[in-house]
Amino acid sequence: MKTSVIVFPASNCDRDAAVALEQATGKPPAMVWHAETDLPDTDLVVLPGGFSYGDYLRSGAMAARSPIMRAVVEKAKSGTPVIGICNGFQILTEAGLLPGALLRNAGLNFVCRTVTLKVENNQSIFASAFEKGQTVDFPVAHHDGNYFADKETLDRLESEGRIVFRYVDNPNGSARDIAGIMNDAGNVLGLMPHPERVISPLLGGVDGALFFKGLVEAAAR
Amino acid sequence: MKARITVTLKSGVLDPQGKAIEGALHGLGFADAANVRQGKIIEMKLDETNEAAARARVEDMCRKLLANPVMENYSIEISA
Repeated sequence: MKTSVIVFPASNCDRDAAVALEQATGKPPAMVWHAETDLPDTDLVVLPGGFSYGDYLRSGAMAARSPIMRAVVEKAKSGTPVIGICNGFQILTEAGLLPGALLRNAGLNFVCRTVTLKVENNQSIFASAFEKGQTVDFPVAHHDGNYFADKETLDRLESEGRIVFRYVDNPNGSARDIAGIMNDAGNVLGLMPHPERVISPLLGGVDGALFFKGLVEAAAR
Repeated sequence: MKARITVTLKSGVLDPQGKAIEGALHGLGFADAANVRQGKIIEMKLDETNEAAARARVEDMCRKLLANPVMENYSIEISA
């Protein structure tokens, strides 16, 4: 299984994502600089967390228009799994691969702590390692994680089972406690919390290791 | 031509920064400051000399980058 991590200026979870992917696949991912125009042969693309372009204009806005994103959008449309974590989620909404937007946290605070998520839907490649309704603990670290979309969009996400993870105790004011959603084709996931930060007991948990292992296994099927 | 684009959050979209500013204004004794909303202004110079063409060009920029229609509105002023 070949994986890629896109590196934007001021990405800061790209190496954590690389370690998580190598742990899950046995092979290091290709690290692809944002100025590239082509992706290497890849079965899974990760847009990592961070503060790409210093969050200028809007979080993820500049990164979503960087050269490599044309190739990422094309890959996503052809069915290759793409996940965006934290800033990666913001980039996916700005690129139009996921609906809605991530606004400033309702409480204005930067939120940095471990949160508990409920697995809402395990019928996708993204959460097949988990039972529906079970909880997992992933850290969050963001200022703009307040998921927003109009009512029709939120209702559609609910009715189509596209809310994959929900916060048990909402840390940022997200609509309908949304922590992670997928696109209608089921191959693009945006997730505010950081599974790549809990891939070993040494880091305080292994729920993230289960997430990546399950994703890699499901994507390889 | 010169362009000045004002980007504001749509009504109904929570603006915690506006709320914090409102709270600070109240603390300074400006008790009547209400519904404070924060936005941004982007200014630029364009080679285009026709006002309608300049406006159309800036509209295109707003749709492609400068504003996010999910949460923001924008207005454009063009001047010589």
